[in-house]
Formats: sequence, structure tokens, C-alpha cells
Amino acid sequence: MSDARPVVAVIQFPGSNDDRDAILALEELGADARLVWHAELELPAGTGAVVLPGGFSYGDYLRCGAIARFAPVMESVREFAAAGGPVLGICNGFQILCEAGLLPGVLRANRQLEFLCADVTVTIESTANVFTGGSEVGDELVIPVKHGEGNWFGDTALVAELESRGQIVLRYTEDVNGSLGRIAGVANEAGNVMGLMPHPEHAVDPLLGPVGGRPILEGLVAAASAWSLIAAL
Amino acid sequence: MRATVLVRPKVGILDPQGEAVQASLRTLGFGVSNARVGRIVDLELDAADVPSARAEVERMCAELLANPLIESVEIQVEGA
Repeated sequence: MSDARPVVAVIQFPGSNDDRDAILALEELGADARLVWHAELELPAGTGAVVLPGGFSYGDYLRCGAIARFAPVMESVREFAAAGGPVLGICNGFQILCEAGLLPGVLRANRQLEFLCADVTVTIESTANVFTGGSEVGDELVIPVKHGEGNWFGDTALVAELESRGQIVLRYTEDVNGSLGRIAGVANEAGNVMGLMPHPEHAVDPLLGPVGGRPILEGLVAAASAWSLIAAL
Repeated sequence: MRATVLVRPKVGILDPQGEAVQASLRTLGFGVSNARVGRIVDLELDAADVPSARAEVERMCAELLANPLIESVEIQVEGA
């Protein structure tokens, strides 16, 4: 065994701005985090997980995330996700995954029409995914949010489906942006793709405030290690 | 050939932007009971005829111009 640190690819779109924070946080938690430019066609060899970071990819033109899904690297991300590889979308990354059809629902303008920047409390609602497996349902995490469009929406039938399959992963304890059912994070049916509006990468080091992001990113790094082993077989 | 796509927030879907516009109009003294804000996409396209232009614009809407979960579209095509 040379280096046991799993490779986590952090995709950098034009307009991403939390990519380097994600790299720092993931390195801190034991990953070999690599910045991958959106125009790349392939993910790094041995990639164990992919992170789509926060920011304002392509200036949020048309709708948040609507353009980024056409980035060349997204074809590889799509294949990686389809094969079962762990993919985490944070904030703008969540918006991109919804627009790409990899996650259910859509993120709309905040109810209050204001940019929201605050530490919020979210509850773990489900552990039926590879990211929150180390947590218990009901655990509360304090993680910062900073978004203008974090108001998740899905129609009644979709929400009922997601509830029954444990795909609603995180809820805000209080209504912060009008999000339907106070939903802060959702996963796909297989549980290997997840998106959330709060920024776990900003909540890892106690020097900077709350550390509620750690369990989620630790889950991601563990999932990346597991996926690297599976993919190497 | 020209086409115009009107993208609107679906009926019944929360439109915070429209609500802010309505509130501002009321502040100005206008009796506005509802306002909804959408967007217009003007297109110039190479298509053989109106039906094929319309079919193509419908695909554009499905693939990029609107999100069917929250937006409805109205397509207008004018022949050259």
C-alpha cells in the first residue's frame, strides 16, 4: 500500500468559489483532494468520489446550475454516478445536480428574496445513503448556508416518493428560505448522489466556528475509500 | 425564422419575484392584485417551416430553456 488516502475530485467550473475550501476541508479529513477543471473529459485515475462545489457557475445564467450541466467533465461525472460512485453537490453543486437530473427537485429563489448567510441547524432525516451512514437519524448539525436560491421544491407526488424511500436527508430545524418541508438536502434513490444547500466544507475547523460539516465530509471520505477499493477490483 | 418563448412560473408555484414587484407597485399607488415575473427568449433559427420550427423549440424548452417542475412555456413562431 503506497498511499491510502482516497482521491476526491473537486470540479472547478467558471464561477465556482468554494472549490479551494472544499479541497482544504477534504485534505484535513484525510482525502487526496484534486481540483479538476470543468473542461477536462476524464476524472483523475482512481477517483473515489466527486464533489461539485458551491459558487455561481456560469454566472447563474438562465437558471442556477442550468448551464454547468453541459460542461465537458459532466459526462464523466454522470457515468461515475451511474456506476455507483459517490457524488456530493454543495449549494451551487446541488443546483447543478438537480438541473442535470441526477437529483430530484429544483432550487428556487429564497422566499424572502434575500441572500441568506447564516449558521443554520439541520437534522439528519435519513441514513439511507453513503454520506450520512455514520450519523443517527435525529442528529443535529450546525452548518453555515450562504445562498439566494436555496428554496427546494418538488411536487406532492415527488415529495411523498422521496419520503417513503428515505431520500430526504437533511431538514432545517426552522424555515430559513421557504424550502418545501424545510428540506436542506436530498439523495438519489441509490443513495450514492447527494446534494445539500449548507456548506459542510466551511464547518470543519473549530477555529472558524461550528464543525457540523465534519460528519458529512467524513462520510464522503469513507465512501471514497470504499469506492476506490471496489473500483480497483 | 423567428420564435419567441415565454417562460412563466407555473400557476400555483410561489413567485417571490412577482410578489416583490406587486408590493412595489402597490407602494407606488397602483391597484395591482397579482404580479408574476417570467422571462422571454427570442430566437432566430434555421428551420424549413413553422411546424418543424415549433417542434425544435419545444425540444429546446424541454432540454434547457425551462424547468418543467416550476415553469410553463408558451411558444410563438412567425414564418420568415
